[in-house]
Amino acid sequence: MSSTVLEITRGKGEDTEVAGRAAYEHPLVVRLCHWLNAISLFVLAGSGLQIFRAFPSFGAKIPQKDLLNWPKSFAIGGWLGGALQWHLTFMWIYIATGVIYVGYQIFSGNYRQVLFTRRDLPGVWPMVRHYFFFGPKPEVREAYNPLQKNAYTLAIGLGVLSVLTGLAVWKPVQFSWLAALMGGFHWARLWHFLVMWALLAFVFGHLVMVVIHGWNNFVSMLTGWKKDPEY
Amino acid sequence: MELENANPEQEKDPGTQPEQSETHSEAAKDAEKRADEPLPREAAPSIVRATMDERKLASRSRRELLKVAPVLVLGAFAIPSLQETVLKRGLGFNDWASKLLFRRGHLAPTFADSALTPFEKFPINDYDVDDPGVILENWTLTVGGAVQKPGDYRLDRIQGLPRIRQNTRHVCVEGWDVIGRFGGARLSDFLVMIGADTSARYITVACADDYYESLDMATALHPQTLLCYEMYDQPLTREHGAPLRLQIPTKIGYKQAKYLTDLKVTNVLEKVGYWEDQGYSAFYGL
Repeated sequence: MSSTVLEITRGKGEDTEVAGRAAYEHPLVVRLCHWLNAISLFVLAGSGLQIFRAFPSFGAKIPQKDLLNWPKSFAIGGWLGGALQWHLTFMWIYIATGVIYVGYQIFSGNYRQVLFTRRDLPGVWPMVRHYFFFGPKPEVREAYNPLQKNAYTLAIGLGVLSVLTGLAVWKPVQFSWLAALMGGFHWARLWHFLVMWALLAFVFGHLVMVVIHGWNNFVSMLTGWKKDPEY
Repeated sequence: MELENANPEQEKDPGTQPEQSETHSEAAKDAEKRADEPLPREAAPSIVRATMDERKLASRSRRELLKVAPVLVLGAFAIPSLQETVLKRGLGFNDWASKLLFRRGHLAPTFADSALTPFEKFPINDYDVDDPGVILENWTLTVGGAVQKPGDYRLDRIQGLPRIRQNTRHVCVEGWDVIGRFGGARLSDFLVMIGADTSARYITVACADDYYESLDMATALHPQTLLCYEMYDQPLTREHGAPLRLQIPTKIGYKQAKYLTDLKVTNVLEKVGYWEDQGYSAFYGL
């Protein structure tokens, strides 16, 4: 599934020449959600790590064995109370943009260009071979290649998990069933931490790909229009 | 196909876009509009059909870029003079949502004795001193505010109320948690005893170590909210808040004040609590 590609022309009448191609890939809702969500994820990870600094362990309080000493300069909020303010504020932006994005994708049908399905399965390995082992470049006929679909679909799954584990940490009594599913508050806190790292790993890969491949990709997430798409 | 600029997907599935214009000048606009509309299930790879002038693309791109500008509103969080205000708003919203989520009848999980954290591994947490030196023999709880029977209540009056024992999880705002065994009287029973106006909004408490706290009435009336005088079936030790503390399985640790000396029923909060007044959540229900 992909957007319609337009031919971009220069000049008028007889002098018209083709200057390139362009496709409108990202509707406004998607772009707004993307950036608001990206900013809130950044704030949540930073403030989450500051909260973690208050008790940097997943074991007992007595005796306390610290897992790691996360540097304060790579955290947001300055102190536990401040970090909680950031975290408990931005989680609402994170959840809202996530819900709006997923809702929009489903109701508009736009999800079809990005949702990873069984059909994309055979295309994953050739893409991996291309990216990591200098294999030949598979033909691109869609806005997203199978590996991208896989990554973006997994990222949505991780986003959902980050919210569910977060709810279990935030409200282990009101959502006691959710916390119980994760082994209680104590373990929900660990899952929440692990899901954060998985999301950060996704963001890292995402940014690497943008830097390597994608000025046009980057611009398209701002304007919606992608210049000279590969398909 | 007689129309050069018709959309390839529309050819295949004309039912999806009945009103679409197919003139040359409108084609690009349609393509943009179509991106917001449901796409047919099995579309062919796109084929270049429509055209757009590069200046038009540039102006359209600029316009679309401007539409994303509202994201910059979040910049308010980066402006030092606004930061405190917006974060306080955020925390306020969070407390409001927390209040909505609180269910009076929903009980916090309870645990078997085998799941208890050993007493010696139950952390002693305070903001100031482990033992504020309460003279236990002379201790009374001074009750005031919107109650019919204000005055000083001795511990045996509170111990005369039905004794509740519960193994519940104690969660600290720092992130650690323990499962402890607590015993005491339901705060709701005590409120009946003192003739409290339970339509009032808050309970406030003051402590021997100058700590202070407040509690919303809904939580005060929750069946697991205790005026706690026992831990692990023994009288509270001094470090754990002797002779009386709050034990609230539906709240974060810092709301569960120790070494209580005063209790008031009120509609107005002058101060919320020791930590809350420094920026922590006022409600912090679990």
